Amino acid sequence: MAVPKRKMSRSNPRSRRSQWKANPVALTKCDRCGSAKLPHTACQTCGTYNKRAVLDV
Amino acid sequence: MPTPTKGARLGGSPAHQRLMLANLATALFENGRITTTEAKARRLRPFAERLVTKAKRGDLHARRQVAAVIRNKAVVHELFTEIAPGYAGRAGGYVRITKIGPRKGDNAPMAVIEMVEPLAEQTVAEATAATKRAAKDRDENAAEKSTEAALDAAVAEVAELAEENQDEILAEAEADTAEIDAEAADSDTPAGDPSDEEPDTKK
Repeated sequence: MAVPKRKMSRSNPRSRRSQWKANPVALTKCDRCGSAKLPHTACQTCGTYNKRAVLDV
Repeated sequence: MPTPTKGARLGGSPAHQRLMLANLATALFENGRITTTEAKARRLRPFAERLVTKAKRGDLHARRQVAAVIRNKAVVHELFTEIAPGYAGRAGGYVRITKIGPRKGDNAPMAVIEMVEPLAEQTVAEATAATKRAAKDRDENAAEKSTEAALDAAVAEVAELAEENQDEILAEAEADTAEIDAEAADSDTPAGDPSDEEPDTKK
């Protein structure tokens, strides 16, 4: 069975994991109430999509 | 005809998917609007629209084909008698999917899938939406209405008062004219030297 030959230094995994980054969520403005919302999705604040009531708020 | 679905069946087996789609379609026709995951909604839309197309045809064969999928006879009847005639002027696109964001718990993307309003009722739906919007701004409207009512009441009172006091007003007017005549007679004398009065008021 293949096994690591040497112990990895603490710096090596840490520098590798320094590239794990979260991307900012793309948000748009609701065209009715102006609050931030996911694009192509009903607004969670006012419950509308394309000026049409979808959710009960 | 929509493109055939690719990938694994919903729920794992063909039978499970058939039952799930049948149950989802039944719930959709019964309630008009259901909330489900986006994947199920995307599979359900062509399935449900095909059933509506059969219901628009309306003959016995079509009814048997729909009844083979939807086991609830009441829902089949409602689909043929109430839902399908509303879409007589619409060539497809009876179902609308609106994404509503991820679900709490498993972060599954959710969607609302609903029957599109029949063309005749579309204006009604817009009117109800307008009333909903008006209800949200109820405070302003209420204030405006109260002021309007107060104005109307005031106008009515003034009109009544005018009718009642017409005689009095006429009498007052006559008295006023008499007073004006008297003032005119008086004002002839002080009008001659107004320069004396102005410095007094300044001091």
